[in-house]
Amino acid sequence: MPFIEMHDVGKSFGAREVLAGVNFSMEEGEFVSIVGASASGKTTLLKIVSGLLEPGCGQVTMAGESVTGFSSQAAIVFQNYSLLPWLSALENVRLAVEAAFPSYSRARQDEHSERYLKMVGLGGALARRPSQLSGGMRQRVAIARAFAVEPRVMFLDEPFGALDALTRATLQQELARMCSEAGRPVTALMITNNVDEAILLSDRILTLSRGPSASLSPAVPIDLPRPRATDLLFHDEQAVRIRGRLAGFLAAGSRPRFGAPTNAAFSRGVSKSNVPVEA
Amino acid sequence: MKKIAANMVLALVGVTLVMLLWATLSQTVAKDLPSPLKTWEESKVYVLQPFDKRGEMDQGILRMAGYSLFRVAKGFLLAVLIGTPLGFLLGASNLFYKMFDPTIQVLRPISPLAWLPLGLVLFRQSEPAALFTIALCSMWPTVINTMQGVRAMPQDYHNVARVLRLSAWKRLTKVWLPATLPFMFTGYRLSLGLAWLVIVAAEMLTGTPGVGGFLWHGRNTTA
Ligand SMILES: Nc1ncnc2c1ncn2[C@@H]1O[C@H](COP(=O)(O)OP(=O)(O)O)[C@@H](O)[C@H]1O
Ligand SMILES: [Mg+2]
Repeated sequence: MPFIEMHDVGKSFGAREVLAGVNFSMEEGEFVSIVGASASGKTTLLKIVSGLLEPGCGQVTMAGESVTGFSSQAAIVFQNYSLLPWLSALENVRLAVEAAFPSYSRARQDEHSERYLKMVGLGGALARRPSQLSGGMRQRVAIARAFAVEPRVMFLDEPFGALDALTRATLQQELARMCSEAGRPVTALMITNNVDEAILLSDRILTLSRGPSASLSPAVPIDLPRPRATDLLFHDEQAVRIRGRLAGFLAAGSRPRFGAPTNAAFSRGVSKSNVPVEA
Repeated sequence: MKKIAANMVLALVGVTLVMLLWATLSQTVAKDLPSPLKTWEESKVYVLQPFDKRGEMDQGILRMAGYSLFRVAKGFLLAVLIGTPLGFLLGASNLFYKMFDPTIQVLRPISPLAWLPLGLVLFRQSEPAALFTIALCSMWPTVINTMQGVRAMPQDYHNVARVLRLSAWKRLTKVWLPATLPFMFTGYRLSLGLAWLVIVAAEMLTGTPGVGGFLWHGRNTTA
């Protein structure tokens, strides 16, 4: 039985059907990405699978049990950081640690939170408020907070979507490193609008067709060895082929009616920059 | 420095002009209005011995102001203690909001002193009646602002509280209170202003010692 499973899930907001017939499953220890254009329903999908939003129809199960709310074994990283501005970096992480490990002593909770902040390279910014941190650093705090509760599964909603390309590339590598150093296979479901990011991090990639009534394509497995360097995307034959294929899926799913020409970058599948789906 | 001196001179000129106008008026059209000099002579005993107590209504001006301030503080504190949780409940619970908002909208615009008779009936004494009036009148900005602060809380913060699975206490102290604090303080400031407006009138009507009572007593005892 798969660890997480969605069966025929649909969701409408009023008359607007956002998701229809979504089927999905993943095993424990897998890193799975879902790529889709903006406003295709990615966030809605992630909220449903994590239990933050009730599906309109269909079933969602985790570890064999029906999902009814956000699980105590899960953590989530939002696109917009979602840090509390009146708490320091350390206090933001601590708040999660206190709730996840209430039996720890204060000192141990502090030490635990600090360790994860050091892991994302923020050992020198523990006392700083979010307003005193750059966008990249804020997202590092959010990632540290998610890892610090040592969740059984991690949900990531466009975790680097608000960052500039350079910071984005650095944080992608950092997230990959955190996953490999976690000491056990990390189970993660990541939503992104960036094909390259998905290839660098995932074991498997699915695409969400452009809404309304979006659904998932069959998965594309990524068998590239880790760690994966960014230039792999341009030189490795498999990576290049997958890039082209995913871009094709997305272009097909997002092509306007009446057959307007697809974006040239998608059909070539290779370019020197990251390919955002909206481009 | 020069600028401050110039400003002070201008202010003094302004005061002098108003005094002159006052003196002229009391000499010409408004014969019942005491002149500035007469006013000073009558009131200097209260001003020069500001803490003296010669009788219940015959006390120094600072002593009277002290009574009023103390009463305002008590009424305001009462307003904050009742208004803040009430605002929180109204903001946090839709059920509560739908149940009580119409009543509150009716009670809110009631003129401050209209509460005083009710207070006197309820408490039979002027002191608690005055406090009751101050609290009820000055409570509304606190209630409304706290409520709006809770309602205006970004969805993000709700999400954080939810996914971190914070306890009710942590949710309140680490998320809700800090998020609404700026709104609450706006409410407190407005409430304090209202409380100070109401106190003079309430004291005049109840005849309790304080700034309002002092004024009323003064009006009744001077010919
Ligand atoms: N709570 C909501 N109420 C109404 N419409 C919503 C709500 N949440 C999302 N939508 C709509 O559903 C569509 C998909 O939204 P979302 O899942 O956020 O897309 P994505 O994350 O892929 O950008 C959008 O058109 C959005 O306007
Ligand atoms: Mg989204």
